[in-house]
Amino acid sequence: MGILNSKVPSGPLADKWTKHKNEIDLVNPANKRNIDIIVVGTGLAGGSAAATLAELGYNVKTFCYQDSPRRAHSIAAQGGVNAAKNYQGDGDSVYRLFYDTIKGGDYRSREANVYRLAEVSTNIIDQCVAQGVPFAREYGGLLDNRSFGGVLVSRTFYAKGQTGQQLLLGAYAAMNRQIQRGKIKSYTRHEMLDLVLVDGKARGIIARNLVTGEIERHSAHAVVIASGGYGNLFYLSTYCMGANVMAAWRTHKKGAFFANPCYTQIHPTCIPVSGDHQSKLTLMSESLRNDGRIWVPKKLEDAQAIREGRLKPTELAEEDRDYYLERRYPAFGNLVPRDVASRAAKERCDAGFGVNKTGEAVYLDFDSAIMRYGREKAMTSGMKDPDDKTIRELGEKIVEAKYGNLFQMYEKIVDENPYKTPMKIYPAVHYTMGGLWVDYNLQTTIPGCYAAGEANFSDHGANRLGASALMQGLADGYFVLPYTIGDYLSDDIRTGPIPTDSPEFDAAENDVRERIKKLMSGSGIHTVDYYHKKLGKIMWNKCGMSRNAKELEEAMEEIAALRKDFWENVKVPGTPDSKNQELEKAGRVADFLELGELFAKDALHRNESCGGHFREEYQTEEGEALRDDENFKYVAAWEYAGEPKDAKLHKEDLEYENIKVKTRSYK
Amino acid sequence: MKLYLKIWRQKDAKSKGAMVDYTLDGVEEDMSFLEMLDILNEDLIAKGEEPVEFDHDCREGICGTCSLMINGRPHGPDSLITACQLHMRSFNDGDEIVIEPWRAKAFPVIKDLITDRSAFDRIQQAGGYISVNTSGRPVDANAIPIEKEHADDSFNAATCIGCGACVAACKNASAMLFTSAKVSQFALLPQGQVEAAERVQNMVRQMDLEGFGNCTNTGACEVECPKGISLENIARMNREYLSATLKG
Ligand SMILES: Cc1cc2nc3c(=O)[nH]c(=O)nc-3n(C[C@H](O)[C@H](O)[C@H](O)COP(=O)(O)OP(=O)(O)OC[C@H]3O[C@@H](n4cnc5c(N)ncnc54)[C@H](O)[C@@H]3O)c2cc1C
Ligand code: SF4
Ligand code: FES
Repeated sequence: MGILNSKVPSGPLADKWTKHKNEIDLVNPANKRNIDIIVVGTGLAGGSAAATLAELGYNVKTFCYQDSPRRAHSIAAQGGVNAAKNYQGDGDSVYRLFYDTIKGGDYRSREANVYRLAEVSTNIIDQCVAQGVPFAREYGGLLDNRSFGGVLVSRTFYAKGQTGQQLLLGAYAAMNRQIQRGKIKSYTRHEMLDLVLVDGKARGIIARNLVTGEIERHSAHAVVIASGGYGNLFYLSTYCMGANVMAAWRTHKKGAFFANPCYTQIHPTCIPVSGDHQSKLTLMSESLRNDGRIWVPKKLEDAQAIREGRLKPTELAEEDRDYYLERRYPAFGNLVPRDVASRAAKERCDAGFGVNKTGEAVYLDFDSAIMRYGREKAMTSGMKDPDDKTIRELGEKIVEAKYGNLFQMYEKIVDENPYKTPMKIYPAVHYTMGGLWVDYNLQTTIPGCYAAGEANFSDHGANRLGASALMQGLADGYFVLPYTIGDYLSDDIRTGPIPTDSPEFDAAENDVRERIKKLMSGSGIHTVDYYHKKLGKIMWNKCGMSRNAKELEEAMEEIAALRKDFWENVKVPGTPDSKNQELEKAGRVADFLELGELFAKDALHRNESCGGHFREEYQTEEGEALRDDENFKYVAAWEYAGEPKDAKLHKEDLEYENIKVKTRSYK
Repeated sequence: MKLYLKIWRQKDAKSKGAMVDYTLDGVEEDMSFLEMLDILNEDLIAKGEEPVEFDHDCREGICGTCSLMINGRPHGPDSLITACQLHMRSFNDGDEIVIEPWRAKAFPVIKDLITDRSAFDRIQQAGGYISVNTSGRPVDANAIPIEKEHADDSFNAATCIGCGACVAACKNASAMLFTSAKVSQFALLPQGQVEAAERVQNMVRQMDLEGFGNCTNTGACEVECPKGISLENIARMNREYLSATLKG
């Protein structure tokens, strides 16, 4: 048994979870009252975990940096949540969801975890409906579904384009019920700055009250990190402005291994960058690819004319358009997985076919869908020979009912009407599959420290399928972690409250204070954003959609140099003992400047292309990703050892006993 | 374009605040309103001044964090959007723009443009939930068919982002629109019926305790709500409240 023991239970795949639940130790209800748990993060993962742990009887403290738990970035998820309900009768099953997820992840995730995810997925929908989450319904009153990329069934449940919001408000409501019962104490506008270990176990955190600047000590018998993903490493992304890696990175520096940092999802359909002032990018949900067709002009001169404003996309004849996804991947067409769609867009734009001023945009066109729906509606309403205008009006109404809020969002940002002219889209950083390494119980390599949701690395391998992050966050929080954590806590029933006046807490608080002092004592030449933007440029250009050894090596050096510059010259105004948003940002960027280097190192060591990780040196003649199962069928888990470049690699070999490992094809 | 900004500056909850003038050049129409403030802050930091603090996070109109009173209107001049979705193309070169925090007794200022809206959380804690545990064994989701019309109305009420614009818009600083949105979401669903009476009473009681004002049906909240939450929800909550009180 090496250091990395995934603790996957024995037995047939389909029985593992049930068997495990029956075998693990439990804490009886009376003893749960004597046990405290800290949950960092109140998104889908943290919110659902906190509520369930409190229901079970534990004393829970939650932390979030926003002013309310309801504002975690899960709120922004648009498209939907998967579940193997097979309500559409299209042949879906737990096995098929499991299979799609493993294949979608390019055979780089752990079979047992993914199977469990598929297994509990159905409970999620039942639970959420019982909580009053208003999912979309058909006229008969039953739940409606749609499809997402990389699959051939309709298993995605949704609430218009606001699925994450409705699911999060469900978890928030479940939390509120426990707050009212006194079982959860919610700390808002609080940021975890460090993890505290006592005798090698996670026993608390140091947090900063973001309103008063006070540094606080909080102890517990176990700590759950559910702090979301680290995509803001790239500066521009679809994440919220405050999203950060601090909680996970501090945990890493205290001994938790960080797995597969280079697996990042670049989402194909986002609103393109408009200028240097840009602070964030906006996603246009993948659900749009159900009805939208992606294209660029076939001829270079047409692309140029469009870029120069001499030609309108609507003027271009059908035969002059290149629906390149439909051309390259006839079986899945516009619904290929995200990594494939993103790379294909980049390929076309790099070849000179981009359609906006910067040359970095392709079209997402709803015209065919509008006309198709319009005709269908005209038929079912018994219209005889309706003209095109009527058909179009009918079709636009249907498209509006499906995607209205997304179209409105687009129009507000771009100032163009997507019902009349195709949307312009381009890939953007959207999700991070990498994260804290966890075993089957979701425990990190630090005893008593757990990681859930996007913060862990667990289920999506090298590429996540659409609508699977919400599923995973809620599966972890509602159905997995509350049980597996009991196995660990059963040893703590006689421990009693963890004191916060120990030398370990003293030392951790001291470190945090020193770090803040250092952040505020830079020579004051450049702002925090200056460094964040520079880091983002390095990441996007050298560690983005396609990577090569030379540039990754350069990135490692450039990031290390930038980090040095940051600590010497950053300017953080104001004082530490008050509300100070620049100081908050500085702490987050400081961690990104370390993670970035590890990210590049991880990408450099992985001499293969898989999922979101595309190495130019490893591709087929047609430009498809070339995996190397012989040498890289493992999880890369990095142990902190001083500078990020010195991190030590541990490998968890991935064994596929139930699925035959194949080349991933969507042709 | 060049803009003349008047911004509320306040050091902390205890200090007195004041409007301060800033002139900002080089604003482009493709920028969002918050990106305009980012540029102002970069300038201020470069000059050795403290940047203007304002709440924001998702910057796409869904988290409800941003909360700016712009020229006297919550979330600014455009309708059905939040401040973070507002773009500078809605303004002209030479415009004066007045930026203030939400003004309401129940939302005290924390710093500059940031207010404390935790009263909203406490209203939700008083009853904004359905009491079901995560047992993993509830009834199958499709065992409770719900008429599409009710499901859609419930969804529309549930889209409230908890921003507080309704309170800021109301001359009485009433939180009726916010509270009624949650009450309505559950009142329209069969799952919400069991606790309906208790819910509405507890949430309304908490709303009053927090110091929000009374509703006098002026409708300003509906006009300024970025999510188009309808006044019908207030009417529904009043009916729910009445029937709960009659039941005793
Ligand atoms: C625009 C967008 C659309 C998406 N659409 C979909 C979709 O349709 N379907 C799907 O399945 N997935 C979607 N995703 C992905 C999915 O939304 C996320 O992966 C998921 O919601 C993450 O949930 P989480 O609970 O892990 O983290 P989050 O919801 O990000 O929550 C993180 C929490 O951690 C807290 N936190 C962070 N750092 C600290 C700290 N240091 N101290 C204290 N608290 C801290 C934050 O305050 C917050 O409460 C989308 C993502 C984006 C960005
Ligand atoms: S009702 Fe509208 S204005 Fe009021 S909090 Fe909700 S979304 Fe904001
Ligand atoms: S910042 Fe989220 S709604 Fe404006």
